[in-house]
Amino acid sequence: MNLITEKRELSSVVTLMKVLAPDIAKRVKAGQFIILRVDEKGERVPLTVAEGNPETGEVTIMFQIAGATTRLLAEKNAGDYLADFVGPLGVPTEHEGATKVCVVGGGVGNAIAYPQAKALHEAKIPVDAIIGFKTADMVMLEDEFKAVTDNLYVTTDDGSYGIKGFVTNQLEQLIQDGAGYDLVIAIGPTPMMKFVCKVTEKYGIKTIVSLNPIMIDGTGMCGGCRVKVGGETKFACVDGPDFDGHKVDFDELMNRNSFYKEFEKIKDDHVCRIGRNGGNN
Amino acid sequence: MANMIATKTPMHEQPADVRNKNFLEVATGYTEEMAVSEAERCLNCKHKPCVSGCPVNIRIPEFLAKVVERDFEGAYKVILSTNCLPAVSGRVCPQETQCESKCVRGIKGEPVGIGRVERFVADYAREHGFSAGEKPETNGHKVAIVGSGPAGLSCAGDLVAKGYDVTIFEALHVAGGVLSYGIPEFRLPKEIVKKEVANLEKLGVTIKTDYIVGRTISVDELFEQEGFEAVFIGSGAGLPSFMNIPGESLLGVYSANEYLTRTNLMHAYDEEYMTPIYRGRSVAVVGGGNVAMDAARCAKRLGAENVYIVYRRSMEELPARAEEVHHAMEEGIVFKLLNNPVQIVGDEQGRVKGIECVEMELGEPDASGRRRPIEKAGSNFVLDVDAVIMAIGTSPNPLIKNTTPGIEVNRKGCLVCTEDMATTRKGVYAGGDAVTGAATVILAMGAGKTAAASIDKYIMGE
Repeated sequence: MNLITEKRELSSVVTLMKVLAPDIAKRVKAGQFIILRVDEKGERVPLTVAEGNPETGEVTIMFQIAGATTRLLAEKNAGDYLADFVGPLGVPTEHEGATKVCVVGGGVGNAIAYPQAKALHEAKIPVDAIIGFKTADMVMLEDEFKAVTDNLYVTTDDGSYGIKGFVTNQLEQLIQDGAGYDLVIAIGPTPMMKFVCKVTEKYGIKTIVSLNPIMIDGTGMCGGCRVKVGGETKFACVDGPDFDGHKVDFDELMNRNSFYKEFEKIKDDHVCRIGRNGGNN
Repeated sequence: MANMIATKTPMHEQPADVRNKNFLEVATGYTEEMAVSEAERCLNCKHKPCVSGCPVNIRIPEFLAKVVERDFEGAYKVILSTNCLPAVSGRVCPQETQCESKCVRGIKGEPVGIGRVERFVADYAREHGFSAGEKPETNGHKVAIVGSGPAGLSCAGDLVAKGYDVTIFEALHVAGGVLSYGIPEFRLPKEIVKKEVANLEKLGVTIKTDYIVGRTISVDELFEQEGFEAVFIGSGAGLPSFMNIPGESLLGVYSANEYLTRTNLMHAYDEEYMTPIYRGRSVAVVGGGNVAMDAARCAKRLGAENVYIVYRRSMEELPARAEEVHHAMEEGIVFKLLNNPVQIVGDEQGRVKGIECVEMELGEPDASGRRRPIEKAGSNFVLDVDAVIMAIGTSPNPLIKNTTPGIEVNRKGCLVCTEDMATTRKGVYAGGDAVTGAATVILAMGAGKTAAASIDKYIMGE
């Protein structure tokens, strides 16, 4: 049982939660994830960690309602407990050797794009960020990003805030203008990551993506999170969740992530009880 | 006077066409009278061949004699003195190749049903609230155990009895390892696993679930920061293998681990739980071991009309226990033997619609001593299925090896150990599937006991 110590809304769709888990807070690094279960009859879902605070023992997660589990999670408040909270899982992000990085985040994915930008900033590596949202009311973490980046570009699909358009347009523009990135870290919905990779591939810029497929145990046991990377089958939980974006078979991943959509258990209240990813995508 | 009937006292089972639609236990166990009558078949041989056939050396004639006297508590104590999980081993042990294979009664007729009587005693003890023992006085030495499966539990049981302060670290949210996530409810009810684990907790074993050694904490930290003097690794063989044939990423292809975990640990068959599972109409299970039988029988219970076991050798080489194969056949599982999958076929939405197999024939014996299956050219055919479960084996999880300096593994990823179950690192012992690769519950329990004795010697020798 893990205590929720804080809960607040980051935007119209994204919720921040701090959970007391000192052993995880002490060790978690950017790119790693946890698996949680809201209650005894719930599912195990992975969520990438936004921040771990070794002093207070709190682990910060940010999520958007994407399925039954995140819906249940959103009903919990500070003072409530989660049945299970386990981690840190996966391999931390590696950006060794990078000299100028662009972090590209989409929607709730910005929650975990932020710690990437922060880690780079702390490592004194020049970093820009492009953070994209659908509309103005979904924009979040703008000040936080600003504090850790050299240049920040906020985009909205409908132009209701910041630059109108997709993150990919902005990224391509910056590359063409000679920004000189040698690494792009893309975190967001799977289609967004796919299209970011299409852009960077053209210019030969190494791109890391953070995948979040369906998984159960998070330790390599179920094999449900298998993704094809460079023609080889990898387990996202132990081999990832970060992969070379130019090698990932995104179409297969998107298809696999849709598997349980139609097999959800409809309950009395007609809440979709589906077991897909926790909402980073 | 011994009961000289040549066959075992039969045990009642749910009828096949009833049980293949529910998850209740298949065999309902002996009554008191049946257990006594079966125990009376023991000849109480002086040389006790059965004991030597038991990986944990249960004093079999002694406990059977107590059952004959109707001293069930006494029988329970005899079993518990060498085996802390009798309700489990009484159900899932392959007795036919162990204790019962050595039974003198087996020469002219059937051996004594040792497993069935063991199960009766354990169930009787649980139902009558017999104590599993008193909490021993602590000796102040701390031992950490990685994994709460059969190896870890039996190691913990022996160490706690000697007074050690034992903590088990379990990665999942429930203790039991394969007993909880792998073996289905209808072979081993989870309430029984819970009770056996609770008995160990009463004796003083601490169990920390949701705690992954190699991630939440490292083996180094267990020694340096947490003050453990020895570590036992019983992390199992959890990494599922795939065939690496086309189509394994299609929707509807599961590893047996995932399928069984969803069904057992996550209760997908129970509407109360949120876990979804794809209930295929026709399901192919690839493989011929106990795990394949479990997956096939779960698929049937989840509503599949046709369930096939696809195995590349013949019935003779099938590695599953005879009893499991027999139960599976009774329940309507179809055995497609001497067939090997070539690819899984999908529809335009990326969902499984069939599995293409090629027929095989048996050639000369291979390195394993079994006749090597050879493809019959041009015999390919497609079996119409909408789900495929790969049950072709597992290998040890590399997490501990990757995060623990000084630990060596062989080319199959199994931890290298001495006969005393010592790894290549001082103070670190291991046992079970992490050392042997996928094997049985009772062998893991035996290894856990051996390691417990070695750990005791190591700490007390210092």
